[in-house]
Amino acid sequence: MGVSNRILILFAHPALEKSWVNRQLLQGIQGIDAITVHDLYEQYPNLHIDVKFEQNLLLNHDIIVFQHPFYWYSSPAILKEWQDLVLELGFAYGHGGTALRGKKFLSAITTGGSEQAYCRQGHNFFTIRELLAPFEQTARLCGMDYLPPFVIQGTHELRHSDQIGKHVNDYRTALIALRDDTIDWEQIQQHKHLNHKLEQLIKTPEISHHAQ
Amino acid sequence: MHNENLFFQAFIYLAAAVLSVPISKRLGLGSVLGYLIAGVIIGPFGLHFVGQEGEDVMHFAEFGVVMMLFLVGLELQPSLLWRLRLPILGLGGLQVVVTSLLVAAIALLFGLSWQMALSVGMILAMSSTAIVLQTLNEKGLTKTEAGQSAFSVLLFQDIAVIPILAFLPLLAMKGNAVSLLASQVMMAAEPAAEGSALPPWQQALLVMSVVGGIIVGGRFLVRPVFRIIAATRLREIFTATALLLVIGIALAMQAVGLSPALGTFVAGVVLADNEYRHEIESDIEPFKGLLLGLFFISVGASVNFNLLLQQPLLILGLVLGLAIAKFVVLAALGWFFKLELSQSLLFAFALAQGGEFAFVLFSFATQSNVLTSAVAAPLIAVVALSMVLTPLLMIFYEKVVQPRFAAAIEDREPDEIDDNENPVIIAGFGRFGQIVGRLLLANGCQITVLDHSPAQIELLRRFEWKVFYGDASRLDLLHAAGAERARLLVVAIDEREKVLEVVELARKHFPHLKILARATDRRHAYELIRHGVDVIRRETFGSALDMGVDALKLLGVRSNRAYRAAQIFKRHDEEALRDVALMEGDDKVVIARSRQLARDLEQLLQTDEREMPQDTDRAWDISALRKDVI
Repeated sequence: MGVSNRILILFAHPALEKSWVNRQLLQGIQGIDAITVHDLYEQYPNLHIDVKFEQNLLLNHDIIVFQHPFYWYSSPAILKEWQDLVLELGFAYGHGGTALRGKKFLSAITTGGSEQAYCRQGHNFFTIRELLAPFEQTARLCGMDYLPPFVIQGTHELRHSDQIGKHVNDYRTALIALRDDTIDWEQIQQHKHLNHKLEQLIKTPEISHHAQ
Repeated sequence: MHNENLFFQAFIYLAAAVLSVPISKRLGLGSVLGYLIAGVIIGPFGLHFVGQEGEDVMHFAEFGVVMMLFLVGLELQPSLLWRLRLPILGLGGLQVVVTSLLVAAIALLFGLSWQMALSVGMILAMSSTAIVLQTLNEKGLTKTEAGQSAFSVLLFQDIAVIPILAFLPLLAMKGNAVSLLASQVMMAAEPAAEGSALPPWQQALLVMSVVGGIIVGGRFLVRPVFRIIAATRLREIFTATALLLVIGIALAMQAVGLSPALGTFVAGVVLADNEYRHEIESDIEPFKGLLLGLFFISVGASVNFNLLLQQPLLILGLVLGLAIAKFVVLAALGWFFKLELSQSLLFAFALAQGGEFAFVLFSFATQSNVLTSAVAAPLIAVVALSMVLTPLLMIFYEKVVQPRFAAAIEDREPDEIDDNENPVIIAGFGRFGQIVGRLLLANGCQITVLDHSPAQIELLRRFEWKVFYGDASRLDLLHAAGAERARLLVVAIDEREKVLEVVELARKHFPHLKILARATDRRHAYELIRHGVDVIRRETFGSALDMGVDALKLLGVRSNRAYRAAQIFKRHDEEALRDVALMEGDDKVVIARSRQLARDLEQLLQTDEREMPQDTDRAWDISALRKDVI
C-alpha cells in the first residue's frame, strides 16, 4: 500500500515546553513518511511569516492539518496571522484562487474543558463543531473538504502517559489512514469528531484488497 | 605704514558691514541693501573713509561674482543646464538684443549719435548677477520658475559680455560705415588686441582647448587631486586647493579672453556630482560671501552723489527710465515664454537694473573713444543707483505684488531641481551608517551621505553610492548638505566625541531636525540621552541580543520563547538606560540602582514565563479552575 496523500501539519503552540499533551502528540507522529510537521511558532518567533514559502508547502501537500490548543474558541494568534497572510486572494480564493481546491482540511485541537463543557448545558454553551465553524467555512471557501475535527478534551485531567497514550495512538492511526486512503471517505462525514469511534472508519488492508 | 593703512581699510569695511547688514536684515531689507548703504555711508559722499581707491577695491571684489558663479555651477547638474538651454539662448538672447535696441532708441532721442546710442544700449542691457542671485537666494526664490529664468538671462549676459567688449571699439571708427562682416572678423580678433597676437583660428582653437581642458580636468583630474589633499587631513590645505582651483580657472579664462565667471561656472557644473562638492562648496562659500559683500559696499561707495545733486531730475529720471524700459522688455519676454504672470513679474522686477559689467564696459568704452566721459559719468551713477534700487523693488514685489498671487504660488509644483534637498542626512557611512542607508534607499528614501575618509568614499563611489567628503561636525558642511530642509539626521560616526559634537551642533542650529545617533557603548548612550537625542541605538546591542537568542535556541529553548525573552530584556534594558542616564549622583548610587534593575529583570522574565499558557490550556477553559474563580 503506497502513500496516497501527503499531509502537512501546521502546528501552533506558543509554549510547547509546557504542553504535555501536544508534545506527546507530536512525538507520536515523528518521522512518519509523507507527514510534514511545520512548527509555526518555532519558525516565526516574531510572527513574520514567509508567505511564498508557506504557499509552496501547501501546494506540495494534499491534506492540511491545523494542530493547536483551542484558545478563546479559536487558534493561537500565529495561526490567524498565517491565514490572513497565506490564504491570499487569487491563491486560495477569489478569481484564480484555486491552489487549494480538492485538498482536505483537518482541525486537530486540544481543549482544557471536558466534552460536557461544550454543549448547551455546559459553560461554553456551543459545541466544538459550532465553534469551529470559521475554520470549516474557511476550508469551504478555499474549495477544500472539511473533515470532522480530531478533538482531545479535558486535557488538564490527563496526567499519566497511559491516559494520553490512547489519544496519541488514535492521532497517529488517523493520520496514517488519511495518508494511505484507508479511511472510509463516505462514512467520515457522518462522524461528529474524527476520533469518535475511529476504528469504524478505518478499512483494514484486507477489506480494501477485496473491494478492489 | 602701508600695513596699518591696509588694516585700517579692512577695519572700516568690516565694521560697516557688521553694523549695517544685521540692521538691514532686521528691518527686512535684505543683506544686499545693507551692504550698499554701508558703502554709501563710508564712501566719499558719506564719512569719507573711502576715496578713489574704492574702485580698485571694486575690481578686486568682483572676484566674488566669479566665486558665486562657481558655486552656482556646483549646485547645477549638467542635465539641468542642458534643460535650461532654451531659456539661456532664447530668453537671454532676446533680452540682450531687445533691451539694447530699446535703450539705444531712447538714447537716440536724447540726441546721442547712433554709435554712442548702440553702445549705451548694449551696456545697459546687462543686469547685475551679484545682486540678483544674492537677493533671490536670500529670499529662497532661486528654484522658482522666475529664479531659473533670471539665472538663464544672467548666464547669457555673462557670455555676451565678451562679444560686446570686442564690438565696442568698432563703434569708435567715426564716419565709416562698419559692415557687419568686418565686425564679425574683428570680434574674433579683438582678444588678440589685448596682448597675444594670434590669428583668429588659433585663438578659437586656444579657447576651445582651454574650455575642453576645464571639462576634462574637472572630470578626471580633480577627484584624485582632492583625494590626496583630503588624505592629509589638513583643512587649510583643502581650502587652499579649492581656492587655487577657482583662481586658476579664472586666470586661464582671462588669458584666452573669456569671462572668468563663465569659466568657473562651467568648472562648477563639471564638479556638480563630485564627492568633494559639499566640502569645496563650504570652503569657498565664506570667501564668496565676504568678497560679494565687499563688492556691494564698493558699489555703494561709488555712487556719485555730486552728479545726483547737480542734476537730480536727470539722474533720477534716467534711473526710473532704465528700470521701466528693462522691466517692460522682461515682462513681455516672460509673457512670450509663457511664464505665469506672478513669475513674469518677479522675473522682471529682479532683472530691472544695470549690472556690474556696466562699470567695466563704460570705462572700456570711454577709453576706446566710443563714449565721452560726459555721457558715461552720469550713466555710471545711474547704473549704481539702479542697483541700489533692486533690493527695494524686490521688497515692493514681495510686499505688494506677490500677495495678490499668494494662492497661485502655493499651488506651485514641488521642486524637482535640487538634489540637495534630501530628507535624510547620514553622517558617517561605515559599517553602521551603510546599513541604515541601504534600508532607507531600498524603501525609496533619498539620502545625503557625508563621510570623512577619502579611502572609504573612493570605495563607495565605485559601488555607485552618492557619498560626499566632509566632516559632519562642521556647521558649514551641514548647511551645504541641506540640513535646513532635511528632516532626519542620522549620526553614524564611529568616534564618540565626534558624535556628541555633531549632535550638539545640530541641536543648536537645526532644532527642527530629528536626530538619530549611534552610541558606542552604555556611557556614550547616557551622554546622548542627556543631550536630548531623539533616537539612540547602541551599536552592538542589537546583534548581541540576536546572538543571545541564538544561544538560547541552541540550548533547547523554543524560538518564540527566546524571542519574547529578548524583547523583554531589550525593553527593560532600554528603560533602565534612560533611568540611569538621568540619575544624578555618584557611582555608588548608580551601582546600587543597576543591581536593583538586574533583579527586576530576573523577576520580569520569570513572571512572563508564568503568564505563558499554563500546562495544557488556558484557565478559562478548565471547569475546576473556573469554579475557584467564580
